[in-house]
Amino acid sequence: MSPRVTFPNKVLPYLLLAPQLAITLVFFYWPASQALYQSMLREDPFGLSTKFVWFQNFAKVLRDPNYLNSLNVTLIFAVATAVISMGVALVLAVMADRVVRGRGVYRTLLIWPYAVAPAIAGMLWLFMFNPTMGSFAYILRATGYNWDPLLNGNQAMVLLVSAAAWKQISYNFLFFVAGLQAIPKSLIEAAAIDGAGPTKRFWTIVFPLLAPTTFFLLVINTVYAFFDTFGIVHAVTGGGPGKATETLVYKVYSDGFVNLILGDSAAQSVILMVIVIALTAVQFRYVERRVHYG
Amino acid sequence: MAEVTLKDVRKVYPGNVEAVKGISIEIPDGKLCVLVGPSGCGKSTLIRMIAGLESITSGTVSIGPKVVNQVEPADRDIAMVFQSYALYPHMSVYDNMAYGLKNRGTPKAEIDARVKEAARILAIESFLDRKPRQLSGGQRQRVAMGRAIVRKPQVFLFDEPLSNLDAKLRGQMRIEIKKLQQTLGVTSVYVTHDQVEAMTLADVLVVMNEGRAEQIDTPIAVYERPASTFVAGFIGSPAMNLMKAKSTGEAGLDLAGGGSVKLREMSTPEAGRDILLGVRPEHMSPAPETDADLLLDVSVIETLGADTLAHGHVAGGKPGGGELVVRLPGSTRVNVGDRLPLSIQPGMAHLFDASSGRRI
Repeated sequence: MSPRVTFPNKVLPYLLLAPQLAITLVFFYWPASQALYQSMLREDPFGLSTKFVWFQNFAKVLRDPNYLNSLNVTLIFAVATAVISMGVALVLAVMADRVVRGRGVYRTLLIWPYAVAPAIAGMLWLFMFNPTMGSFAYILRATGYNWDPLLNGNQAMVLLVSAAAWKQISYNFLFFVAGLQAIPKSLIEAAAIDGAGPTKRFWTIVFPLLAPTTFFLLVINTVYAFFDTFGIVHAVTGGGPGKATETLVYKVYSDGFVNLILGDSAAQSVILMVIVIALTAVQFRYVERRVHYG
Repeated sequence: MAEVTLKDVRKVYPGNVEAVKGISIEIPDGKLCVLVGPSGCGKSTLIRMIAGLESITSGTVSIGPKVVNQVEPADRDIAMVFQSYALYPHMSVYDNMAYGLKNRGTPKAEIDARVKEAARILAIESFLDRKPRQLSGGQRQRVAMGRAIVRKPQVFLFDEPLSNLDAKLRGQMRIEIKKLQQTLGVTSVYVTHDQVEAMTLADVLVVMNEGRAEQIDTPIAVYERPASTFVAGFIGSPAMNLMKAKSTGEAGLDLAGGGSVKLREMSTPEAGRDILLGVRPEHMSPAPETDADLLLDVSVIETLGADTLAHGHVAGGKPGGGELVVRLPGSTRVNVGDRLPLSIQPGMAHLFDASSGRRI
């Protein structure tokens, strides 16, 4: 460990920290405290008076079947997105690891989708699978499958998960490739001499050694599916049909900015904030005592 | 048990880099063959070809009567100890050793018996439950050995197994490997760049240079009759003194650096031939000035205790020419600036062709 830098000047360290602190204060603590405050307010229908109601908004939200439905939708969406994007990324990374010629090109191409904004990714998939003009939707229907995500909630969810997972695959791929490269080649060779075939080597040596990477990505992907997919939902389904794809983040938006139920929306966003803090805590706890192999 | 036979084995990497340029070795059953050479000489490539981790460009590798060129590493019935040990970091010592047996469907009771037996031999019974990262370098090395011996393979392959250990431990493990190999009687191939390991362990010593085998022989024969100047310089420490010289026929040799040497109990090449005279530092001894083959002006002295190394140049020579080192008994008292009369022990001079470097 490098020696700690010490400042003889008592003020300088604070001055150096000030810009970062200011940004955090303005863009996180202030809005967060506003949300906290708003979540305890209730306004009359005409917005003329505001009442402080303590935790009534939370109680109302948590009893609301629509909110519970949204929680359920989010869970399904998050788990499906994380599993699919990580699974596909792992398969691609393992295959990319075997490519010798043109591996740089191959990897670069696989990383590109990460540069696409969520809303754009959503639009791409919407165009491809839109029942009226999507070419893939046409193909699906041509095979006799009744494809209509505008009416069928499950199909809408499949479309949403596909778009969200597709975008995240690149990110996971990067980490898996790095994780695979960190595994010493001699371990694989030793396992080969020890009589383990490629499949067995993967499950008994490679996969356990990727565990730290996998866990890290699980947290990242869950957070992504929970919070960063607003753009995709908004572009592809708008939470519909019905409320079949209304995730928590999307409900915060629609209750707050469409339906203008500000108190409920603020209470929901506070709950979301608690969830993200909990997830981050789990992640940090893990990263702190992350296993160093070797 | 099986003998290992290499016939004209070649390895050419993409880009036409020839790493191994046709090597043939026969290792009798139960013997230990050491491949020694400087880095980049192709010794690791060669052992990896025997292991099946590298494809063989041409030639054949046989284990027992069977050519194994196309056989998977798992099916060659070999075990390998890697330089990095390559222990599975997420498995306990026990599981590391049992892994190869499990993969081959050995019954559980037998796995247990064999792992415990190997652990007993290597004195690692007390940390069978630990993970590799909780072990010291020497302990990891033992586990790597254990993983090799539980399998009871036909051939052991060692790829610089001791180079990550400190000097003292290296000396201990060297002796243990020798003992273990002799008790188990398993044919072994051992790669090292350390000439002490090479000399002490080998039944068959292969000195490699730039993808070729410079000499294949017993260690003592390699020491006593090095086939080329490369082998002469590589085996033995300090390295053999090599001096440019011209034969004067019966009279002996004129050193290019000045001075002359008489050869005793050796035939002298035809007069006028350019040669390299090789004399090991330990094969020159102080002599009365009248009997001296050459005089050494001492410039540096290294006192090692048991021995004293005297560096200098041949008296009467040009400065900078004819640098020599002599190993003297530790009790010898010499000083910088002394002129030391030396005689070459009879029959202990080596003559090499000046252009090809081959032994004459």
